[in-house]
Amino acid sequence: MSVTDSAPQPEPDTDLETLRARLAATQGPAFWRGLEDLAQTPAFQEAARREFPRLGSVLAEAKQIGAGKTKAQEVSRRAFLTVMGASLALAGLSGCATQQPQEKIVPYIDPPNDSEPGKPLFYATALNLGGCGLGILVTSREGRPIKIEGNPTHPSSLGATDAIAQASLLSLYDPDRSQAVIHRGVPSTWDDFLNAATAQMQAEQATGGAGLRFLSGGILSPTLAEQRQALLAQYPNARWCSYEPIGRENMQAGAQMAFGADVNTVYHFEKADVIVALDGDFLLTLPGHVRYAADFGRRRSVRKAKVDLNRLYVAESSPTITGAMAEHRLAVRPGEIEEIARALMTTLRNGGVSGSFSATSATQSWIATLAGDLQAHRGRSVVVVGETQPPIVHALAHSLNGMLGNVGQTVTYTPPLEAVVEGQAQSLPQLVADMQSGQAQTLVMLDCNPVYASPADLNFAASLPKVAFTVHLSEYEDETANLTQWHLPQSHFLEAWGDTRAHDGTITLQQPLIAPLYATHTPYELLSILAGKLDRSNHDILRDRWKQVYQATGASVDDFDLFWRTILNDGVVANTALPVFPATLLPAFAGSPPEAARAQTSQPSDPQALDLVFTPDPTIWDGRFANNGWLQELPKPLTKLTWDNAACISPRTAQDRGFTDGEVVILRYRGRRVEAPILILPGQPEGVVSISLGYGRTRGGNVGVGAGFNAYALRTSDAPWFGTGLRLEKTDKRVSLAITHSHHTMEGRDIVRAATITTFQHNPGFVHDHQNDPERPESLYPEYHYPEYAWALSIDLTKCIGCNACVTACQSENNIAVVGKEEVLRGREMHWIRIDRYYEGKNMDKPNGTYFMPVACMMCEHAPCELVCPPGATLHNRDGLNQMVYNRCIGTRYCSNNCPYKVRRFNFFQYADLSPLKQLMRNPEVTVRSRGVMEKCSYCVQRIENAKITADKEKRLVHDGEITTACAQACPTNAIVFGNLADKNSLVSQLKREPHDYSLLSELNTRPRTTYLGKVSNPVENSGA
Amino acid sequence: MKEALYGYLASFEQPEDLLQAAREAHKRGHRRMQAYSPFPVEGLAEAVGFRFNLLPWLVLGGGLTGGAGGYFMQYYSCVISYRDNIGGRPLNSIPSFLPITFEVTVLAAALTAFCCVFLLSGLPRLYHPVFNAPAFARETQDRFLLCIEAADPIFEARDTWRFLNGLTAQEVVEVHA
Amino acid sequence: MASETRQPDDKPETGFDRPSSVLGGVPSYTSVDTQISDIVLHRPVKRGWLFGLVISFTFVMILLYAITYLLIKGVGIWGINVPVAWGFAIANFVWWVGIGHAGTLISAVLLLLKQKWRTSINRFAEAMTLFAVACAGLFPLIHLGRPWDFYWLIPYPNTMSLWPQFRSPLVWDFFAVSTYLTVSVLFWFLGMVPDLRAVYNQARTPWKKFIFGILSLGWRGDAVHWKYYNSAYYLLAALATPLVVSVHSIVSLDFAVAIVPGWHSTIFPPYFVAGAILSGFAMVLTLAIPLRRFYHLESLVTMRHLENCAKVILVTSSIVGYGYCEEALMAWYSGDPYEKYMYINRILGNYGFAFWLLIFCNVLVSQSLWWRKARLNIGWLFALSLIVQLGMWTERVVIVVQSLHRDFMPSAWHMYSPTIWDWATLTGTIGLFFALFFLFIRVLPMISISEVQELSKEQEEETGIGPNATTSGRSRKEEKP
Repeated sequence: MSVTDSAPQPEPDTDLETLRARLAATQGPAFWRGLEDLAQTPAFQEAARREFPRLGSVLAEAKQIGAGKTKAQEVSRRAFLTVMGASLALAGLSGCATQQPQEKIVPYIDPPNDSEPGKPLFYATALNLGGCGLGILVTSREGRPIKIEGNPTHPSSLGATDAIAQASLLSLYDPDRSQAVIHRGVPSTWDDFLNAATAQMQAEQATGGAGLRFLSGGILSPTLAEQRQALLAQYPNARWCSYEPIGRENMQAGAQMAFGADVNTVYHFEKADVIVALDGDFLLTLPGHVRYAADFGRRRSVRKAKVDLNRLYVAESSPTITGAMAEHRLAVRPGEIEEIARALMTTLRNGGVSGSFSATSATQSWIATLAGDLQAHRGRSVVVVGETQPPIVHALAHSLNGMLGNVGQTVTYTPPLEAVVEGQAQSLPQLVADMQSGQAQTLVMLDCNPVYASPADLNFAASLPKVAFTVHLSEYEDETANLTQWHLPQSHFLEAWGDTRAHDGTITLQQPLIAPLYATHTPYELLSILAGKLDRSNHDILRDRWKQVYQATGASVDDFDLFWRTILNDGVVANTALPVFPATLLPAFAGSPPEAARAQTSQPSDPQALDLVFTPDPTIWDGRFANNGWLQELPKPLTKLTWDNAACISPRTAQDRGFTDGEVVILRYRGRRVEAPILILPGQPEGVVSISLGYGRTRGGNVGVGAGFNAYALRTSDAPWFGTGLRLEKTDKRVSLAITHSHHTMEGRDIVRAATITTFQHNPGFVHDHQNDPERPESLYPEYHYPEYAWALSIDLTKCIGCNACVTACQSENNIAVVGKEEVLRGREMHWIRIDRYYEGKNMDKPNGTYFMPVACMMCEHAPCELVCPPGATLHNRDGLNQMVYNRCIGTRYCSNNCPYKVRRFNFFQYADLSPLKQLMRNPEVTVRSRGVMEKCSYCVQRIENAKITADKEKRLVHDGEITTACAQACPTNAIVFGNLADKNSLVSQLKREPHDYSLLSELNTRPRTTYLGKVSNPVENSGA
Repeated sequence: MKEALYGYLASFEQPEDLLQAAREAHKRGHRRMQAYSPFPVEGLAEAVGFRFNLLPWLVLGGGLTGGAGGYFMQYYSCVISYRDNIGGRPLNSIPSFLPITFEVTVLAAALTAFCCVFLLSGLPRLYHPVFNAPAFARETQDRFLLCIEAADPIFEARDTWRFLNGLTAQEVVEVHA
Repeated sequence: MASETRQPDDKPETGFDRPSSVLGGVPSYTSVDTQISDIVLHRPVKRGWLFGLVISFTFVMILLYAITYLLIKGVGIWGINVPVAWGFAIANFVWWVGIGHAGTLISAVLLLLKQKWRTSINRFAEAMTLFAVACAGLFPLIHLGRPWDFYWLIPYPNTMSLWPQFRSPLVWDFFAVSTYLTVSVLFWFLGMVPDLRAVYNQARTPWKKFIFGILSLGWRGDAVHWKYYNSAYYLLAALATPLVVSVHSIVSLDFAVAIVPGWHSTIFPPYFVAGAILSGFAMVLTLAIPLRRFYHLESLVTMRHLENCAKVILVTSSIVGYGYCEEALMAWYSGDPYEKYMYINRILGNYGFAFWLLIFCNVLVSQSLWWRKARLNIGWLFALSLIVQLGMWTERVVIVVQSLHRDFMPSAWHMYSPTIWDWATLTGTIGLFFALFFLFIRVLPMISISEVQELSKEQEEETGIGPNATTSGRSRKEEKP
């Protein structure tokens, strides 16, 4: 399975000399299964290939519980037998999976040569996510990557991650991944492909690549960019087209409009007192959102000593967590945003709303308040616009930022991150045209799925067969793979070398944590092959390129090894952040902006027609993570929907048209139709229907296929993000939506306790001004004392943005099972930490507030669960942790009934997936729970014990901040703080001394170790908005 | 060949008759005798010389032992054997221990009562000489029987035989062991 | 044989001239003995009995199937979830335990209260208790996530010297129910020993002689035996009486000890016990009415018995009604928002229909028993007994499910809906109960022979007339010159 497989093999012969030579020469793993293995006889390769392809589907059939496609009860005998077969085959795989790659990779802290069994190593690498790279540290156990954390030294991460980054680990061990070369639907080999490709490229050479076309996503990797340049130089007539379903065309065009050049906008929220987001979900979807969330969170700290609060204004066309954090939120139709931006600009210019603008009083006052605020905070404010808005709005935002003097302060511009800069919006239609006309002879698709994700009007699928020679490199056998001649399996980023850029341009080297599990390769290798360099391994390509770069700096080659070592070790290449780009506004935007055609933004003539908005899916993004069980089962931040997407409409709209949750409607939009279930979402603007991308997959893995509906079917290239003219038609069908948290309000209970900053300043202890909430109720029972350690958690509701990073981090750290849609429907999801979402206010269409509250085990000192457990399977330990002894649990579920917070989870079936591949992924320090056992948050006790052991060896106590829980570590805003209460100076002790620290349901006198800091917001008082 | 004489068995039709007969027999000094009836007859036991009923005291003892044991079991497990902090409750949570203490008390007492009633009355005993008397088959129906054993101190064949016949007995038969 | 019995009437269902008499007429000792033991010994297998047995046995098979599937798959096959982690299983458990109360109550408490009328119904009432408790005991075991480890609830010596957690009401439960079962068995068997001897004497075939001979332990009806027997019997009764009260009190603590709104209430013990007696006596009627009909025991199980059961039902159902009101009162008076919400939700919420159903079945319907006419109408009593069973079962379900499905954290609220397997298990245990009962009435004396004989003696002393008084040896002696 090593890269040598791709090298052309000489004529098979088993004469021993050659064998010895080959064995010496091989760079791959020095394992061989017998002479004919070494001999690489076609017969053997055939056998080996037949052994592995399509294992995924078989295995996945076995893990029906995990996949949740069908009920656990229905594992057929046939499936069972196939699994047994597959398990045997994979047992071999897992054996060779635990080896380190042959090339030298460098651990974060320890050099690998002193790695001891049982001692984790940490390697720095990065993954590409939403238009930029995110630096991560991967925990490796005996050569198996088992956990992903953020890289503190990486600018886009600062040690934090998001849910998708956490879950990307699961994709590595996904048995549905593409595992073999497929030629016209038949398993083939890399060798066959090499021969075919070489021939084809020679043909193209003649015409200078006139028929050669490339299709890729945005290219962040400098190395890949160089390879691309080289190829295009080699084939001058070839065309390279780039398409990202969730790309940055609008940003790019906007920049062109405002500056005449494409720029990459970098925001500095930590410097901004006033933030304006126009459909700009910078907390979850904007490139660099993890860093932005961290910066935002830093300015959301409310302490007795010092209050540091920014103020957030959001105008959005579909609810996002950014909107949920806003002091002043405005739910508007997508088209109105442009008007708002213009109105804002005119208001700022001549202190009064322009007459041409017709808006509701709410909008008026929102703008008025905002304008005043912005005036007061010149240079300390920032205007953010999301990709979903048309270029003009981006241009206006640039102009606003310029006008407010924010540029250079809260906003800086750099050259674009991505290599492909020519008009992306046009390049795809152009490509399709070429395919239609037969101009395109050869089409190479790198890591993309155009058949599924390209705009519906282009009809990519129909034109694909017209191309003579099509190649598709991808991690899954997806919709596109199905229609291409050559499908090539791509390596997961944890198996591959590479490099990528952070949101500010800083470069990170990607290093593999594990040798490829299957015969997969990377885009680097593919391009190198197409360039005719057949023998270069992924590692060589990267290393050579960086050697050149290093030499270019004039340094001597001898030091390169050290340099190479350093950049791998740090996970960032020092001072590679892109320089500030001197972007000057074009006169049009320096002065008052040009009036735009209002056609699109004017109210639709047809009163029945609605606006349609496409949104990136908060969990599976654009569909590339559709086969990831963790993300599928992750409740979406606001809807709390799992395993599905839905057509979100506002309560009012639903009421007017008599729609209810789960009712299937037909969406008719510009001559296209799709069926979708209705989901009523508070805060959704009236007359707007939002649907998220990425669902309705027809191929590419058993987990994703069949979930939700395909929003791309309605998406056209002229209006990729929103448009009007949508009509809803009732059907008599219903689907049941697996929603984990259906109850919207708090029923007037003191669960989330919120106040405005002025209230807090007058009455810091506002959280305790509630009925039946004594500070610490009396108790008849004697106190237990914890001299050394008393672990505790403090959760700052002001900082929590509800991004779900903690949920997935916990799932990954603690081997939490995926149960599938059926089980979620029955209320049996297993997440140890959940994020409760509550709305405040009478009007469900415009809730006054949206609150997020992470809830995990509270570690009560007077734990109700312990009292009622018959075998004593849950009890306190020396540190006051409420611990769960799985072996002793007999599953009466009494503890769960008696837990007022309902944080205990029960294995109603055998949920844990015991397939060999998944075993590789497990955290060996955490028991994999069996059927019939209760489980719950343990404060990551395995981490605590590790730290205590180290501390004991050094004859000291564990320092504050020496360990933290998985949730706290992943949290971008540091809303979660873990520490030792016994240490009075620890951060957590300080936080618990804050006046607005309160414990949930304190009137029950359960005395939780986890407490909350009340939510404090910073609205402009007496504002209408 | 005739087996050894076990005693004489007189059968009556009315409980009163049996009671009367028993009293007279006892007055005459007969000691080793039994009275059989389908259902308990008031005073019959005393009539055949039953004096002290040990059973209630045994049951009392059993109950007390059980109760003490029950509480100690819980005390030992929670305070001595495993000193676990359960929900912040004191190790010796007296109120929580009472229900089981009570149940064990009752259980022990009941078992004592059940066992002792048979032990004291010498049961189970699947064979007994009186079973040989055909009349005894109706003992559970409508016969009230008095048996004077040959082993009785003042048993004298002819005299006892006459005495029994002198009573209101329907019939008197010999019982052979 | 029954001819010897002087019965005041042959058509028991209709007008009772002497419903106050415990026995319909005064039977002779012999007739009592033979009439009862004949059912066991000589009566041929009737089609009706066979039919009943087959039906109930079918349900036993369903039960076995359901349990097997449960063991293979896990408790997930039921409708339970988080927050409603207890569903039908626990509700059924509580319900069955409740039914199990009447037996011991009748035989123990009424014995101590010298209620003569109990004698002819206590035996099968006790049997009913045993079978009900057996059904009940099944549920706590199979509802476990890992049923094969149920014995961890028992304090037994083990290598880790681990103990149960004695503060847990479930452990109390285990002790309470197992003690109750044991004591009931002892009480039942002890009371049956003399009758087993009687049956032995009646038995003709060697097999029956052998079996009943062994079972009767060689009982001779010796005066001293009777002495010990009586004191032991009364002592057991005295022990069983607090036990009856304690069992359901402790079962109720499963809920009362928890902090769940709707569970955490001090009224629970008395209110559960009342409910238990209610359903128990209802079950006695459900069984007694057909029994006396099919086995012509009208002379032994008279209208007096049925009427008294009806009176008990009336009283207990009123107590239960009081319990409901008291819960409402506390919900309001405590000022606890969760309690308040829970009770309003119980009445008007998703499961409101169940609440009104149980109010109707447990409180309203039985109020009809204030009228003697209703108490003497056999058909009505039978119907009512079934209605009360339904009502009490509904109450258990409401307490378990409704309280859990909306407790403290609105974010965790979730509905509960039973699956086919929940229903299969429930009906299965009902089948098991009746199957056991059908077997019982055929193989063991269902009415206490010796006690009825004793009773008939006392009666003829009161009345001065009776079949046994005629041939007194003493009187015959008087005639002799």
